[in-house]
Amino acid sequence: MRVLPQLFENWFASKGWSIHPHQQDMLERADAPALLLIAPTGGGKTLSGFLPTLIDLADGTHEGMHTLYISPLKALAADIKRNLTTPVAEMDLPISIDERTGDTPQTRRKRQRADPPNIFLTTPESLALLVSYDDAPRMFKGLKRVVIDEIHALAESKRGDQMMLALARLQTLCPNLKRVGLSATVEDPAAIAHLMARHPDPCEILLADPGPAPDIQMLATDDAPPWSGSGAAYAIPSVLEQIKQHNTTLIFHNTRAQAEIFFHNLWLANDDSLPIGIHHGSLDRAQRMRVEAAMVRGDLRAIVCTGSLDLGIDWGDVDLVIQIGAPKNVKRLVQRIGRANHRYNAPSKALLVPANRFEVVECVAALDAVLAGELDGDPRGAGPRDVLCQHILITACAGPFDADALYAEVTSAGAYSALCRPDFDACLEFCATGGYALRSYDRWQRLIQLSDGRWQLRDPRASRNIRMNIGTIQDTDTLKVRMRRNRGGKPLGEIEEGFAATLTPGDTFLIGGKIVKYEGLREMTVEVSRDSAKKPKIATFAGTKFATSTQLSARVQRMFTQETWPELPAHTADWLNLQRDVSQLPHPGRLLIESFPHDGREQTVIYGFAGRNGMQTLGLLLTKRMEELGLNPLGFVATDYATLISGLDAVKDPSPLFDPDALHNGLETWLAGNAVMKRTFRASATIAGLIERNSPQARKSGRQATFSSDILYDTLQKYDPDHLMMQITREEALRGLVDFGRIEEMMTRIGGRIDHRQLSRVTPLAAPLFLEMGRVPVKGDAEERLLAEEAARLLESSGLAQITPAPSNKPRWRMGY
Amino acid sequence: MNAYEFTLAGVQLSALNTGALWWPDQSLLCVSDLHLGKSERIARRGGSGLPPYETRDTLTRLAADLALTHARTVICLGDSFDDLGAAMALPEEEKLWIARLQAGRRWVWIEGNHDPGPIDMGGSHLAELPLAPLTFRHIAQPDASGEISGHYHPKARLSLRGQSVSRPAFLYDSDRLIMPAYGTYTGGLDTRAEVFQPLMRVEARAVLTGKSALAVPMPR
Repeated sequence: MRVLPQLFENWFASKGWSIHPHQQDMLERADAPALLLIAPTGGGKTLSGFLPTLIDLADGTHEGMHTLYISPLKALAADIKRNLTTPVAEMDLPISIDERTGDTPQTRRKRQRADPPNIFLTTPESLALLVSYDDAPRMFKGLKRVVIDEIHALAESKRGDQMMLALARLQTLCPNLKRVGLSATVEDPAAIAHLMARHPDPCEILLADPGPAPDIQMLATDDAPPWSGSGAAYAIPSVLEQIKQHNTTLIFHNTRAQAEIFFHNLWLANDDSLPIGIHHGSLDRAQRMRVEAAMVRGDLRAIVCTGSLDLGIDWGDVDLVIQIGAPKNVKRLVQRIGRANHRYNAPSKALLVPANRFEVVECVAALDAVLAGELDGDPRGAGPRDVLCQHILITACAGPFDADALYAEVTSAGAYSALCRPDFDACLEFCATGGYALRSYDRWQRLIQLSDGRWQLRDPRASRNIRMNIGTIQDTDTLKVRMRRNRGGKPLGEIEEGFAATLTPGDTFLIGGKIVKYEGLREMTVEVSRDSAKKPKIATFAGTKFATSTQLSARVQRMFTQETWPELPAHTADWLNLQRDVSQLPHPGRLLIESFPHDGREQTVIYGFAGRNGMQTLGLLLTKRMEELGLNPLGFVATDYATLISGLDAVKDPSPLFDPDALHNGLETWLAGNAVMKRTFRASATIAGLIERNSPQARKSGRQATFSSDILYDTLQKYDPDHLMMQITREEALRGLVDFGRIEEMMTRIGGRIDHRQLSRVTPLAAPLFLEMGRVPVKGDAEERLLAEEAARLLESSGLAQITPAPSNKPRWRMGY
Repeated sequence: MNAYEFTLAGVQLSALNTGALWWPDQSLLCVSDLHLGKSERIARRGGSGLPPYETRDTLTRLAADLALTHARTVICLGDSFDDLGAAMALPEEEKLWIARLQAGRRWVWIEGNHDPGPIDMGGSHLAELPLAPLTFRHIAQPDASGEISGHYHPKARLSLRGQSVSRPAFLYDSDRLIMPAYGTYTGGLDTRAEVFQPLMRVEARAVLTGKSALAVPMPR
C-alpha cells in the first residue's frame, strides 16, 4: 500500500479528515497510463485526482508543467485553482498553479507560455489553441499527468473529441503522459474509458461508493397542473413553501424562456421578499457572475436556472433541487440531483414538478426509472470528421507536419481509432485544397506540400484566422439587449437574431425577469425600455432541447396501456380518461394520428414517440410529402412524443404519407434542401473551417459583405453533392438532429398499423403542442400564398393601393418578348 | 416572364423575380453586384476555400434571363467582379462563357467599388451611363433623379403570421431605383438599415424577388 506522506497525513488530520477509500485507490494506481474514476459529487473527487500530483511535486524538484487539468467550464478552472491553493498554502508546498481560459488577459498568457506553472488549469478550447503554437513542445515539456474533470459531460460532445485529439498531440510530445478522468455516474463507464485512454491502451475504471439513494419525489400541490403549457405557474405557492423550508433551493428549467416566465411569476407571488435570483446562458455575463457570487456567499434562498448552472460553480449549501418540467433523460436528472447536498453519504433531495398533465406521466415514468437504477443513453458513434478537419488545421498552425505521423496520432484517440486512411486523407485534402470536384484555384490552396512530403500552411498569416475559429461550440447569432439611454444603457443579455427579427416596436418580452418593450435596433443592439405590462410576448431564447431518451419514451408508452393509473394523481388519470373518451390513447405497436381544425388552420398530430429530433425529422419528411400532395403545409412543431403539422388543407387519409418506401426514399432527396440540414451544415462547416465565425465587428460593419451559409449549402448541393462537407453534414444530421434511426424504429414498431381520428376540435393530448416553441416553417407554396396576401394587405393599409393609376401588384406571366 | 411593372421618370420598367431589371423599350437588361470570382479572392487572401461554383451559377441565371428577354443591351451595374484580380483570374472557360453571352449585343460594365478599373474582357467600361431620362451608376447619389443603382444589396424582411421571410429586393420611389444583388455569393442589407432612410422617400416600395416579384411598402 502506498502510504500518504507525513506532511499530507498531518494536513488531513488537521482538517479532521481521513482519506476516502477511492482517494487511496487513485493513489495506488497513480502509475496507470489511464484511469477513470466514477464518483458522486461531494466525494472529494477533485482532490483524488490531484493528490498524486501534489505528492509528486512536494519535493520541489520538478521543473515546468507537471499536471494539466481540463474542465468543460471556465468557472470550474477558477474554482479548482482556489480549492487547490488552500492545501498548497496550508502545507506550504512549492507548487505554482495558474489557469488559462478565454478570459485570461494577454500578458498572463504570454507569461504562462514563457514560464509554465506546475499545475495548469484550462478548457478544451484553450488547450487546442495552445497546441496550435509552435512553442507547444517547450510549454508542455515535462508534463506527466492530465486530469480531465467532468469527463462525462465532455464525452457527450464534440468538445470532448477535440480535447482528445489535442491530448493525442500532447502524448506525442510527452510519451509518458498519464491520463486521469473524473466522472459523475454514467450508464456506460467503459465507453468513456475507451474515449479517454490512448488507443489501444487499457483504462482501469474505479467506482467509488455511490452513496445513499436520492430522496426524490413529485411535488405535491393543492392545484392540479394545467392541461397544457410549460410554465408550471400552478406550482408557485408550493414551490415558495419549499424554498422557505430549505437553505438554498435550485429550481431547474429545461429552457431559458420557461425559466424567465417562472421567475417572473415567482417574483409576483413572493410576498415575503425572499432573495431569489435567476441564472441562464442568455443573461449578461456580469449579471450571471453576480448571481453566482451571491449563491456562493449563501445570500440567495433560491435560484431559478437552466443547465447553465449544471456544471462548475460550487453548489455550496444547496439542499434541495427542484426540476420544473419533465426531466427528459434519467441520467441527467440523477447527475443533477447528485449535486445537491455536498455532505458525503447524505441523500440528496429533489422534487419533480410536471408543468402539465402529460409531464405528470413522464415524471412518474422517470421516478420509476430512478428507483430501478436504470440510466439511459445512446452510444455516440465514431469521432466526427468536422472536428478532425479543424484539428488538421490546428496542427498546420504549429508548423509543417507529416501526414502518416498525424494519421497515427489521430487514430490513437479512442473516438477516431476506427478512422480509415481514405477518410483521413479526404479531410486532409479538404483542408489543403477545399477538395472540390472543380479544381479552379489550386495556386491559392490552404496547405501546400513541401519537397520532403510534409504539409504546411501556404500563407502563414492564415494561422490567425484558424486560431480565431478554434472550438466546436455552435453559438447561434444573438443580439445584445440594452436599455435605451442616451449613451447606451445597461446590458441585460442576449436574444436570438431570429427572435429579434420578429419583433416590432412596442412588442414586450421577458429578459432577466423584467418585462421590457422593444424600441428598435441600433448598431446590432436591441434597445428596450421598461414596461409595466402584465403579460409579455415571450422570448424564444435559444436553449438546448434534449430529446427524451428511447428508454423513457418506452416507459411512458407502456403506462398508456394501463386500464387505470393508481400511481398518477387523479387529475392526470382523469385527463387520460378524457382523451380515451373523445379520441383514444396512443397504443404501443400502432400509430395514432389526429386531425382537427384549430386556430384557423388544419392541424394533424402524429404520436410517434421517437424523441424530439426524430419527430422533427418526421415533420420535415411528412410536410414534404404533403407539399407534393398539394395539402399546403405551413409548418410544424415537434415534441418528444408527437409532431403537430399545421396547414391550409386537411389531411383526409394519412396512409399515403406513411408508405415506408416513400418515407425512406424521400429521406435522400429530402436531405437535400431543408432547414435542419442547412443548420447542421452551418455548424459542421464552421467547425471544419470552411466558414468563419461572424465576428461582432464584421456583423456591425454592414451585413451585405457577408452571405448566408445556406447559399454555400445550396451551391454544393447543386454542383458538388458528394463533397466531403456534404458527407459530413449527412452523417451529423443522421445521428444528431435528424435521428432517422428512431423513425425507422418507430416504423418497425407500428408496422403500418395507423389509427386515424378526424375530430372537430383540439384533443386533450394534443393541446400542449400548441404552446411549444420552435415552429419550423415550410418554404413552399403556402409561404408564397401568405406572402402575396401580406403584400396586398400592406399595400391596402398603407393607402398606396389607392394611388392612381394603381400599380400592378399581380405577378404577370407572359410569353417571351 | 414573372415581373413587377412600374414607372420611373416616365419610363416603363419591369423588376424581374430573378433580380434583373428589364427596360422593354430599349430592350435593355440590367443586373447589379454579380461579384464574380468571390471564392478566388477569398482563397487568395488566405481565407477558406469556398466552393468555386459561384461564377457558373451566376452566369447560368444570367443566361436564362437573356434567353427570356433577348436583350440587345446588357448593363452590369458595378461590382461585377469581386475585385480586379478576381476578374483576371477567372478560368478561361468562364471568360469564354461571358464572351458568348456578349455576342450580338451591346454590353456595358459600370465600375463599382470592388472593380474600379478596366478589365481584360469585352464590352465597354464606364464610370456611369446616362440613358435619358435614366442614369445608371453603381452607388446612389443623394440628389439624383431617374437614377438606377446597386451597391447596397437591399433585402426586405416581412413578418408573416409570426414567421419572418427575408428576400433580396428592388427599392424604388419617384426618384430612384436601388437594385438587389444578382450574384450567387452575395448577402443583403435590411431595408431598415440607416443608410436607406435618407435615400428613399416615405412612399418607397420594395419589390421582393423569389418565386414571384411582389411589391410592398419598403419595410422601415
